[in-house]
Amino acid sequence: MADRVDRRSFLKIAGTSLGIGALYSVAPLLGADGEAVEVARTLWKRNGERLKPFSFIQLSDTHVGFSGPPDPLGTQAYERAVEMINSLRHRPDFVLVTGDLTHDSEKPGEHAARMKKFQEISGRLKTGAVRCIPGEHDAGLDGGALFRDVFGPTFYSFDHRGVHFIGLDNVSRAKPEVGPEQLAWLKKDLARFPTTAPIVVFTHRPLFDLKPEWEWFTSDGDDVMNTLAPYENVTVLYGHIHRQHEYAAGSARHYAARSLIWAFPDPATTADKKPLPFDKEQPFKNLGLRLVQEPQTRGAMPDWPTIDDVELTMHEYSGTVGISQFLKEGAAR
Amino acid sequence: MRIEQDCGRAMLLAIALATAGLTIASPLHARTEETPKGDQSPRVVAIAARRFEFVPKEITLKQGETVTLRLTSEDVTHGFFMKTLGIDAVIEPGRVTDVTITPQTTGSFTTICDHFCGEGHGNMHMTIVIE
Repeated sequence: MADRVDRRSFLKIAGTSLGIGALYSVAPLLGADGEAVEVARTLWKRNGERLKPFSFIQLSDTHVGFSGPPDPLGTQAYERAVEMINSLRHRPDFVLVTGDLTHDSEKPGEHAARMKKFQEISGRLKTGAVRCIPGEHDAGLDGGALFRDVFGPTFYSFDHRGVHFIGLDNVSRAKPEVGPEQLAWLKKDLARFPTTAPIVVFTHRPLFDLKPEWEWFTSDGDDVMNTLAPYENVTVLYGHIHRQHEYAAGSARHYAARSLIWAFPDPATTADKKPLPFDKEQPFKNLGLRLVQEPQTRGAMPDWPTIDDVELTMHEYSGTVGISQFLKEGAAR
Repeated sequence: MRIEQDCGRAMLLAIALATAGLTIASPLHARTEETPKGDQSPRVVAIAARRFEFVPKEITLKQGETVTLRLTSEDVTHGFFMKTLGIDAVIEPGRVTDVTITPQTTGSFTTICDHFCGEGHGNMHMTIVIE
């Protein structure tokens, strides 16, 4: 398919997809020989799953139950994201949600109702599973008790087609931290993998000091990343900051997903942590998608995965590179 | 930078000052303690935390001056965090938390509550100006 998007294609996409987090097409590198194949064999022996291409979605910061300024969208962006995911020709294996599924409430029963509303909407997803970890608005007031009742553990890991996924909870403790118990669990969890294993960490707050004055950090994030440092293929997916951001340190790459409720500004441009004003002409501006595709150059595990971000707006995105990528053969449709 | 945080000591100091007939600064009004002549104790600045603000919203300190920030909470547990200044405290209701600092860097430093305290937590902050 040509990279250029014709108007009909644009309108079709515009009509069905107005807000989404990120789409990941995972295509681990399986050349004819070399280290990648050895890694695949090792992982297969260890967890019984072959390393082969698949895709998954990251959604973040849906804040179900939030109302008021700056944004009158409510759950619209989230519901549209669900519609878009369901319209994909290649169904994602699962959906990750990186926290702040709900907006907190101290009214008796209300927070639980919001979690059920989140489940009701996510239940429409045509995908194999929805994997969630909490944000501070889900778990900050009760140490994650309600989240555990509704969704299960606040941190866990699983293997999928040769990739090891680790969900970390950096919101349930009093301070923005993972804590020593979870760090000990992480070390034990990682111990069975070779350092070449592909690892995806998903969490809520950034695991590095992105903007501590805006609480965009995890106080023991360095301990987490030092634990992961020996591993050569680490991707960290997170939310919390309600904007796209990419960061690399060592062999790890960190990617923040846009929110599905409102956007925060670039802290380099303002001292005020105030949501970007709502634009009724472009109601889903800054609520975008991230597309991760199979790397064009095979044979180097550190290149896995390749990520592109796309901003979805009502009348701007037809010309972006991102939406062209979205329509490429083999990607989502 | 020297940091001291000792709630127990703070309570004892408060009792000692009260015993000596000195007025304890009210957190609500964020008064600054007068240091008696000859007393080498650091200047005390009171800061009250309540959902979702600090009172006062801004304080001004002098570079190189040792100051004790006397922190109290009027409602729930709050945090008091400013990484550059080395401040990382927990403010529990019913207790006084003292944080003593000797800032060496001038500037304006946004200090946040980093203990989730409710819906408006994300914008609970104050400014420490170092001149």
